[in-house]
Amino acid sequence: MRIIEHPIIEFKRGRKIHFYYNGKKLEAYEGETIAAALYANGIKILSKSLRKGRPRGFFCGIGKCSSCLMKVNGIPNVRTCITLIKEGDVVEDNDMVLPEKEYPECKFTKLNTDIAIVGGGPAGLSAAIEAADYANVLLIDENHRLGGQLIKQTHKFFGSKKEKAGTRGIEIAKELEDEVRKKNIKILLNTSVIGYYDRGYHFLVAVDKMNRTVYEIKAGKIIFATGAQENMLLFDGNDLPGVYGAGGVQTLMNVYGVKPGNVGLIVGAGNVGLILAYQLLQADVEVACIVEAMPKIGGYFVHAAKIRRCGVPIYTGHSIKKAYGNEHVEGAIIAKLDEKWNFIEGSEKDIKCDFICLAVGLSPTIRLIAQTGADILFINEAGGWVALHNEYMETTKPGIYVAGDLANIEEASTAMLEGKIAGLHAVIEFAKNDKTKIMEKIKEYMEDLEIFRQGYFGIRPKIAKEKIWRKYHEKMGNRRNS
Amino acid sequence: MKRWEIEGIVELKDLELPNEEQLRKGVAIIECVQEIPCNPCVDACPTNAISMENINALPKIDYEKCIGCGKCIEVCPGLAIFVVKVNEKALISLPYEFLPLPKEGQKVKALDREGKEICDAIVKKVKKGKTPVITIEVPPQYAMEARNIRIA
Ligand code: SF4
Ligand code: SF4
Ligand code: FES
Repeated sequence: MRIIEHPIIEFKRGRKIHFYYNGKKLEAYEGETIAAALYANGIKILSKSLRKGRPRGFFCGIGKCSSCLMKVNGIPNVRTCITLIKEGDVVEDNDMVLPEKEYPECKFTKLNTDIAIVGGGPAGLSAAIEAADYANVLLIDENHRLGGQLIKQTHKFFGSKKEKAGTRGIEIAKELEDEVRKKNIKILLNTSVIGYYDRGYHFLVAVDKMNRTVYEIKAGKIIFATGAQENMLLFDGNDLPGVYGAGGVQTLMNVYGVKPGNVGLIVGAGNVGLILAYQLLQADVEVACIVEAMPKIGGYFVHAAKIRRCGVPIYTGHSIKKAYGNEHVEGAIIAKLDEKWNFIEGSEKDIKCDFICLAVGLSPTIRLIAQTGADILFINEAGGWVALHNEYMETTKPGIYVAGDLANIEEASTAMLEGKIAGLHAVIEFAKNDKTKIMEKIKEYMEDLEIFRQGYFGIRPKIAKEKIWRKYHEKMGNRRNS
Repeated sequence: MKRWEIEGIVELKDLELPNEEQLRKGVAIIECVQEIPCNPCVDACPTNAISMENINALPKIDYEKCIGCGKCIEVCPGLAIFVVKVNEKALISLPYEFLPLPKEGQKVKALDREGKEICDAIVKKVKKGKTPVITIEVPPQYAMEARNIRIA
């Protein structure tokens, strides 16, 4: 299951350690997550559904879906996909009951900061880098390392040189992290922000679960850059272990060097699905085919061409009807769709595969921003529910900002630009003499964004942004008038 | 709808191809037919043979300026550029990001844009780098078809 040699990534595994899974002693490497260690040991069922006890594997792989909850060292409901394995860890099936006390034996720590940034992906890191020149910055991320989803992007980025085109996502993550570490930024890793409270000032509660620490954070301004999560798709058998979010598979394979299986089926020929297919091939995993419901390929032609010339078929106008298998995926039935999106009878194909990746889009992770009272609206082009915001990324709740995929499903390159804008705008009042300089920089980043959103693939995000801005100004205008 | 939009396979009629003389000296064939925000190929070219109106426009190549150096192959994130040189035999340089890398002199299979085996090929050069570039030799009639290799 472990990838030893890879054309792009060099897996630097840590020390070999041991842990216990339901009483059995297993091997792992330091630096990998519990879920990755279990997967490498062939354990793919991590939890059971609460009512019917149906088996569950990981799905999102990035801490957002809770399908990997287990009990670790007596602590229940640990998201094993983002929690590092440690020597001697005792990993067990989760109890099916709620714990009695909310924070048993927890330390409470109070923090005070000018700017709190929630999320250390491309948007959050960029915001932190810009803001740190003018204010105290606290950066919080629930993963054990910074970089967000860049850390699994092994392909070279598009765009212009300024936005690091031609550089691989993993390298961009490294560059951003180095820059953040050079500045005076306080970083909390392994820490999830779980609540926002308006106490006349902005107040966050965050927990580092494994260290039983609760942080109470008073912040002058907050930038939320919580990213997005993989969409589910409705089909028979979609909860079988072996049905994974595309991003989860990328994390397992590209970050931890563990193969998801032998033969994969990918649903969705957008860029995520196309890139994932290529990455699977690079990890020496077979790709049976890609199915795409739309009549044409949604992602870049060049990504499609790369995998076509490796012999992977793309079936447009097709979708997955059913996944089958006993406690784990053993295959799938795909079929053609008519104009009304109904399956055409008799067009079914049986595809033998041992895992299925869903690459059917992302939705902004709005659970936290929704707690702030910022206005939220469903905007189809933005990928779902988003917080309304203005050109400076400030929401309808003053002092609360959004950036990146949370603010509209887009690219890492645009997330970085939005993060920079949010980071700079949030610190204007802290920067005594540099206000004009900051505004000039913001203007420059806005122009870069504008250029990015031209062209065919910029149409959707551009429409989304324009709607979000318009609705923001309508709301704020009404508020001012009343 | 064009075939490449549905199948991910570009047809020669969708490309602006070089003339025979240009092919004899060896030039870059840019199989990038869709407007995407991308331009590293423009920056990489030492002779300014590739131009673009704006970052979303299609790259345009001046085959007279192109010297077939292959610098653009390595930087193209779409792996969409190939250098083709046709004399008695055709030499094709292509990006190859898989392991193991072939060895110089090794016999491999040449694949077309659909991944189908079309002919035998001999590996003439392996240039390691961030994106390795492999140069293969195939019969001249496959110059515009062979776009990948399979190591048997
Ligand atoms: S092969 Fe060399 S000269 Fe020709 S377009 Fe590419 S970089 Fe320019
Ligand atoms: S670098 Fe490659 S993908 Fe980008 S515009 Fe040039 S040819 Fe197209
Ligand atoms: S939260 Fe761990 S797999 Fe989704």
